[in-house]
Amino acid sequence: MSTKSNAQTSGATSFVSVEGLTKRYRDDLPPVFEHVSFRIEQGEFICVIGHSGCGKSTILNVLAGLEQPSEGHVIVRNREISGPGLDRGVVFQNHALLPWMTVEGNIAFAVRSRYPDWTRKQIAAHGARFIEMVGLKGAEKKKPSELSGGMKQRVGIARAFAIEPRMLLLDEPFGALDALTRGVIQDELLKICTTTQQTVFMITHDVDEAILLSNKIMLMSNGPRARIAEIVVNTLPANRQRETMHHDPQFYRIRNYLVDFLVRRSKELSTPHGDRPDTGRVAAATTRLVYPGLDDGAAAPAAVARAAGPNLKAIA
Amino acid sequence: MAAIRRFTLRSKAALCSLALLALLLVIWQAATLPKTPVATAATTASKATSAEAAEAAEYAVLMGKAPDLGADGAAADSMKVTGFPSPAEFAHEAARQLAHPFHDNGPNDKGVAIQLGYSLVRVAAGYAIALLVAVPLGFVIGMSRLAFLAFNPFIQVLKPISPLAWMPIALYTIKSSSASAVFVIFICSVWPMLVNTAFGVAGVRRDWLNVARTLEVPPLRSALWVVLPAAAPTIVTGMRISMGIAWLVIVAAEMLVGGTGIGYFLWNEWNNLSLANVLFSVLLIGLVGMTLDLLFAQLQRKVTYVD
Repeated sequence: MSTKSNAQTSGATSFVSVEGLTKRYRDDLPPVFEHVSFRIEQGEFICVIGHSGCGKSTILNVLAGLEQPSEGHVIVRNREISGPGLDRGVVFQNHALLPWMTVEGNIAFAVRSRYPDWTRKQIAAHGARFIEMVGLKGAEKKKPSELSGGMKQRVGIARAFAIEPRMLLLDEPFGALDALTRGVIQDELLKICTTTQQTVFMITHDVDEAILLSNKIMLMSNGPRARIAEIVVNTLPANRQRETMHHDPQFYRIRNYLVDFLVRRSKELSTPHGDRPDTGRVAAATTRLVYPGLDDGAAAPAAVARAAGPNLKAIA
Repeated sequence: MAAIRRFTLRSKAALCSLALLALLLVIWQAATLPKTPVATAATTASKATSAEAAEAAEYAVLMGKAPDLGADGAAADSMKVTGFPSPAEFAHEAARQLAHPFHDNGPNDKGVAIQLGYSLVRVAAGYAIALLVAVPLGFVIGMSRLAFLAFNPFIQVLKPISPLAWMPIALYTIKSSSASAVFVIFICSVWPMLVNTAFGVAGVRRDWLNVARTLEVPPLRSALWVVLPAAAPTIVTGMRISMGIAWLVIVAAEMLVGGTGIGYFLWNEWNNLSLANVLFSVLLIGLVGMTLDLLFAQLQRKVTYVD
């Protein structure tokens, strides 16, 4: 209980504050996840890792406003969200481009929604900027069916950026791409996010992707009754790059920690008191920050603060 | 062989079609050949039964009719009605009709273009009303589960009713035969459009709707820019089916209501026993139907998208 009140008081200062989220699809079945609480600060890049069925996508959809939680609420900039909004841009797993529109048209559709008063020319110019940003100059007049999977996902990213949202929500955006294309787009996303200081919440299955892109990695235990087991703080330097990242020994410490969690501990942590739902509340309070490779002592936060900069705030 | 191989598939198909047409014409010609022997046989038969004819003439006189005129009339008829027309006769009749497509010598002698015009206007009117009703209603039914459940029983009961079964009700309530024909076209073309629109709208990919929702697109804009283009291929398929049915039904409806239209023309020519004209209008109905279908195929190609 004390954690909850604590979350509410400090939630006022957080950019996004998720409190006690529970999602139940059927009353006779245990909830997919329960008592999920976390906070996102401005400029943070959060990745969520967990096995299929732990409700990652549902959490993202709740953040996007596309789904209603059974319990709990999401507060963005001191306001509880009640539905989808232009302050949150979503990149869908299967890109969700409108196939009857060109690349330009898809982006213009989004821009017109964001800035309804703009002239056609302004919208086109604004859209062109973001098409160029994702490296699709020259493909403006193409229909999505004429694009490769990677290019489609770039359009999806450009569309989400073009509405200049306060927060970007990405649902396994690179899941369907081949490794090479994925790497290229990851680099681009990283570049764009560091220059724009975009707040991002992203779901991924790719451990390396999470380490490359994020400040914090939320680890979810297996469903049902999934919860956020731990939040791993990425202690790699902020200017990390895909080519050199794996030379850093710290990379392997984090990576091993994450893989270990996925293959072993996520199972052990799931439904710790499955037959006693009341204790879930207690379990939620145990979400802790981890700094893999660094001592789990009092020195760790200081070390992280040095490594990851002022964006990071301990929330445990 | 080499020469044949050079042809594309299309030109080969066209050649085959022409060959089939030629074959049909030959069969037709062959089937209508023994016309002259039959005619002479008929005349000989009339000669052989001259005694009977004389009796008939006497009877006619007894009945107060001019016997000469009756005999002449019968002879004239046997000259005119020669059974099924040969291709040449048909071509002659068709040329005669096509030479004056817009002539108008009173209610029973109008050019085929005028008759077709009447039919097309009726179809267009009934179809347009059906479109205006079916597409918005289909949108509502497709969007709302409640509307679907509420309207579904009515649709299921009304859909299988033959459009012509509505004719008496329409004639009684509307009291205008022409408007009744329009109503019949409306009622027959509304169902495929309604069902297809509802189906297409209900089947719009959730992701696309979610895109619109996350962009806070207002409902009307979402309906016009997301749902309509997404469902357009299904809607146009419904429109195409409806147009096909409407064109089938207008002929039957006009046979019933009479007065004008290609269906009436066809039936009138049957009453005139002018099989050449009947054939000609049948062919014309087919050609117009094909043209209408081609127009919709064109529209369908325009709204189809590759996902």
